[in-house]
Amino acid sequence: MADEDVAKLAARGDAEAARLSDFLVGDTPVAYAFIAPAFFLLLFLVAYPFALSLWFSLSDARVGETGNFVGLDNFARLLRSGIFRQTLQNSIVFTAAALTLKTVLGMALALLLFRLVRFKRLIRGAILLPFIVPTALSTLVWWWMFEPLYSVVNWTLKHLHLVNHDIPWLPDPYLAMFTVILVNTWRGLPFFAITLLAGLVAIPKEMYEAAESDGAGPIGRFWYITVPLLKPVLAVVILFSAIFTLADFNIVYVLTKGGPMNMTHLFATYSFALGLQSGEIGQGAAVSLFLFPILLGVVFVQLRMVRKAATYE
Amino acid sequence: MNSVRRIRPLFTLYLPVMPFVLFALFPLYFMVVTSFKKNAELYDVNSVPFLIKRGVTLGHYQLLSQDTLFWSWFVNSLIVSVAATVISVVIGILAAYPLARLRFPGGDSFGVAIFVTYLVPPSLLFLPLSTVVNRLGLSDSLWALVVTYPTFLVPFCTWLLLGYFRTVPKEIEECAMLDGCSRLQTLVRILLPVAVPGVICAALFAFTLSWNEFLYALVFVSPAELKTMTVGVFSELIRGDIYYWGGLMAGACIGSLPIVVAYVFFLDYYVSGLTAGAVK
Repeated sequence: MADEDVAKLAARGDAEAARLSDFLVGDTPVAYAFIAPAFFLLLFLVAYPFALSLWFSLSDARVGETGNFVGLDNFARLLRSGIFRQTLQNSIVFTAAALTLKTVLGMALALLLFRLVRFKRLIRGAILLPFIVPTALSTLVWWWMFEPLYSVVNWTLKHLHLVNHDIPWLPDPYLAMFTVILVNTWRGLPFFAITLLAGLVAIPKEMYEAAESDGAGPIGRFWYITVPLLKPVLAVVILFSAIFTLADFNIVYVLTKGGPMNMTHLFATYSFALGLQSGEIGQGAAVSLFLFPILLGVVFVQLRMVRKAATYE
Repeated sequence: MNSVRRIRPLFTLYLPVMPFVLFALFPLYFMVVTSFKKNAELYDVNSVPFLIKRGVTLGHYQLLSQDTLFWSWFVNSLIVSVAATVISVVIGILAAYPLARLRFPGGDSFGVAIFVTYLVPPSLLFLPLSTVVNRLGLSDSLWALVVTYPTFLVPFCTWLLLGYFRTVPKEIEECAMLDGCSRLQTLVRILLPVAVPGVICAALFAFTLSWNEFLYALVFVSPAELKTMTVGVFSELIRGDIYYWGGLMAGACIGSLPIVVAYVFFLDYYVSGLTAGAVK
């Protein structure tokens, strides 16, 4: 049957073939019909809420009140507010530290996983687990591990004689920040390791063999072959993770609720506290909109990279 | 010489990997251990926290079943996740097909819009979305979640399936169309059977993301009996300053179980879905 069709195709003239291919790829009404559900979903539940969020941020809307236009008043008030400036600082520290840890450890782990021969599937499977289980639930166990009285971490440190008193992990502002960074790293590391591993696998073996025969040692091979060839994957992973680390809500909300003394608030948790708990929807929307420029930047860079990759192909 | 070669990886490879495995697994192990430990041992500062020495108990699980709405939360999560997954995969398949196969005005822009939405974190839109959900009269019902989860699931499914569809040669479809099949028939009978791995992958991820979702479920639904798993365990098991750590951990274990089971069976799909976005 298929052969017949091929024969049919071959028998037609060029003009007809062109019309045929036009018929095959140029069916605009069908394309629109297929896209319609996704289009309207994005329009009503993403684009419209986004516009609404812009309006809220320019108004003094509160829960149950539409509010009046107040211009950039919300943003001006935020920039003067000590808590917001603290949130801004926290977000930068949290994102920078977590991303650095995930990148460095993820790279090291990917290089190790790459060389595994025995128990490969088992070890990879175990490594990926923290990324799969529900974050809100796995963060509960971290909370329990850092609980002031019965902390298993403190128990271990004391029994190893590294410390002689309980460390106040969550009540201390700086240690609390350390803890949320640690948990974010725990959850995000598998994504880095597994994705970078896929990038490593894609590097042709001949490259390494050629470099080795030219006398390059393991460190030379890493810097001059692995890193440059892994750069596109590395960039995508870091950018992607940058958005979702900066926008993190679950870990901070479950572990510290932004405390102690607002020292671990991120945009998402502070926006939640302002918009829903205090009812200041305008202010809350303005806080969450601070995520938007970062998002735009990442989208811009990623699209440019995708286009560049497409032209090289 | 030979034995040195065989032993060396033990020190340069398996030994360095161990801390990573321990770091990944210890919290999950500790979750399970805590959920089976009796309170007397749990709250004894002199006992070894890593082990259960004074007998295993199912008490925390019993407390969860009898004194809380745990199983309602479980069922709610299941309903919402299955519904949101089915809706999103269907919409995703329909949207990915023209993007992968057809040329039409606005096609590129729509592709970019899907990609941008894929990157929008839920924490950017939860405030205005809660207003929208309110106006639609959906707040405090599971519908609020069934309707809003597709906002992040559809872009993900579309993006993933788009990649899969592009790898399938289109000649067979063209033949089918010349034989008089409609677009929909071609999609359902010719393309989908070949793209089954992609569809499974999209469905698995959509289910996992729905099951794990926390922020929308926390904001849009407040009656205790309508909460999902993640929110219920977190907000209903902590009463004031009293923590039922055993019960909390039991809830976390059962709440993670469906995902872990799916994960064990479909590990390779998870890995390919995870890397689909980044390595192309």
